[in-house]
Amino acid sequence: MLNKVKDIWQTISHPSRYYSLGILIIAGFVAGVIFWGGFNTVLEATNTETFCISCHEMNNNVYQELKSTIHYTNRSGVRATCPDCHVPHDWTDKIARKMQASKEVWGKIFKTISTREKFLAKRRELAQHEWDRLKANDSLECRNCHDFQYMDFTRQGKRAEEAHSTGLTNGEKTCIDCHKGIAHELPDMAGVEGW
Amino acid sequence: MRAFILILLLIPFTLLAEENIATLRNADISTEPDAPRMGNEENKDLKRKRNYPMQPPTIPHKIAGYRIDLNSNKCLSCHSRRQVADSQAPMVSVTHYMDRDGNFLAEVSPRRYFCNQCHVSQLDVKPLVENTFQDVDAILDEKKKK
Repeated sequence: MLNKVKDIWQTISHPSRYYSLGILIIAGFVAGVIFWGGFNTVLEATNTETFCISCHEMNNNVYQELKSTIHYTNRSGVRATCPDCHVPHDWTDKIARKMQASKEVWGKIFKTISTREKFLAKRRELAQHEWDRLKANDSLECRNCHDFQYMDFTRQGKRAEEAHSTGLTNGEKTCIDCHKGIAHELPDMAGVEGW
Repeated sequence: MRAFILILLLIPFTLLAEENIATLRNADISTEPDAPRMGNEENKDLKRKRNYPMQPPTIPHKIAGYRIDLNSNKCLSCHSRRQVADSQAPMVSVTHYMDRDGNFLAEVSPRRYFCNQCHVSQLDVKPLVENTFQDVDAILDEKKKK
């Protein structure tokens, strides 16, 4: 038994002694495709709305609130799913966000927001995280669809035109500064700037 | 038996009453009629004339999706005393900052918190029923003529 383990260890520690270089390269390539493909498939699977709302915390609270908003139902049928707004689209940023999300797994296991009451009590903090994130990346997830370059102010309402052509254009403000609570209900806004 | 006679007596009355009821349903109770089309909220941002001085001004813009609840009040995020410098929106009337004893508060008084109890946006649609309302100027003109 011990000899068998030793044998396998020898093969693993010095593979080129037992297999030709060609085999090793091909095997490495195939293994790479499988591992990377598998990793990416799982990553993409966690990046879908179905995955998000498979937890009752998301399904019963934020998802239900989203349903009546324009980002879920509207005249043209284009809609945003959870990851469109909550996960960065670039790979490196996405991985960084996914690593942060391990805290959400912790929260799931220890039932931090497992009831509506717990969720409402924590809502301000959770909302603040998203506001801070969008403020820091200049509302990147909004801009993935709402590209400033192609905004026609003349097609906007008077108030929208006024706000977008001043604060937004000179970079003083970003989308989330004014557009809070457009996709979900708001927490207690006492003390939040602009409310 | 007595109850039966009472019902028989009531039938003509209910029939008469039915003719006078202006129904908006226009369909049998067991069917679900098509919902009337939704109107478009006016969004011109132009102040409208008030029909009498104390009339709550109507809202000249869309308010679809504006939440007014315990946690937040979307209207006040532009129209409150602290926000008007930024938003350049008209400030909520000073009476809304008074409690019922006439004391001025720093924030909008809770009894005036729910804006759309009095202030409503307007739709550009054909009125469902005839409206014979006369504004204060029309009434004054009439009185002058007499």
